[in-house]
Amino acid sequence: MEHDIKTQLDLHGVVCPINFVKTKLALEELEPGEHLEIILDEGDAMLNVPRSLKEEGHRIVKVEPLGETFRVVVEKGSS
Amino acid sequence: MNEEQIERYSRNIILKGVGGKGQKRLLQSKVLIIGAGGLGAPVALYLAAAGVGTIGLVDGDAVDLSNLQRQVIHFTADVGIPKVDSAKDKINRLNPDVEVKIHKERVWASNIREIIRDYDFIVDGTDNFPAKFLINDACVLYGKPYSHAGILKFNGQTITVLPGKSACYRCLFIAPPPAGAVPSCSEAGVLGGMAGVIGTIQAVEVLKYLLGLGDLLTDRLLVFEALPMRFREVKVKRNPACPVCGENPTIISLVDYEQKACDLKK
Repeated sequence: MEHDIKTQLDLHGVVCPINFVKTKLALEELEPGEHLEIILDEGDAMLNVPRSLKEEGHRIVKVEPLGETFRVVVEKGSS
Repeated sequence: MNEEQIERYSRNIILKGVGGKGQKRLLQSKVLIIGAGGLGAPVALYLAAAGVGTIGLVDGDAVDLSNLQRQVIHFTADVGIPKVDSAKDKINRLNPDVEVKIHKERVWASNIREIIRDYDFIVDGTDNFPAKFLINDACVLYGKPYSHAGILKFNGQTITVLPGKSACYRCLFIAPPPAGAVPSCSEAGVLGGMAGVIGTIQAVEVLKYLLGLGDLLTDRLLVFEALPMRFREVKVKRNPACPVCGENPTIISLVDYEQKACDLKK
């Protein structure tokens, strides 16, 4: 595997901003530098969640399409 | 947190600096509101909405029809019932996560220590000087952070006190004014929305304190004048001669001042 994924979270069908809230809560359980994989719907979710994560100091390390959804790998920031 | 809590508190959790950890801290916090009236109403409602886990309410009065003009936690059907019961019912209906503890009494020198003991933060929402000085002295003597506020006519003021660290109410005002020197709400009137403006600032200060965010309203008395619609800040600092938190305190135990002031019943 290309990344050591610590946690996975399927947010398909979860609307904004609850998808971001759940991502944020999952990241709180990780150490800085660890990776979280989330499944996001195209549209609003993909538009907003990665941007919000970057604003909070996390890094988007991989984005790949997965049918009608996207698989996004997030690296927890240090702040 | 369960799914319902994640959704209920989502707008808190989203905030940078709050998150799930901050929300859990709020849920574990205990805040005491003295006075379930004009100021206490928005404080209680916003703290309950935010998920402050334990809210204590102290008030010995019953809801009066003349209270409803500003005490928005009480409704017309509540007239005649104890304010703490009325407020508890609204808090429970707003957020069942909150445990409400009621104290159906006034604070006195003899009971205040026991009442404030278990709380993390105290909110002064009272309407008279004797109570305000008593709350200040008790909070300073027992090391409880608290928010002072008062409203009258078209004016309001508030300050946050961290005992031993920032100026207390007595650093600003040595002693209560003589009874009758300052008119009470029932004599002078008060615009209802004043309670919302000032009480809401108190609620925000409580949340900031509990979350450890930003700069508290310490060593600054915030004065609000509604008619010119102006906020002013009066810089204050700890008074070395303060009778309760100064270098040689003369107030080392609690006293009751004459209780005249704002008898809101009539």
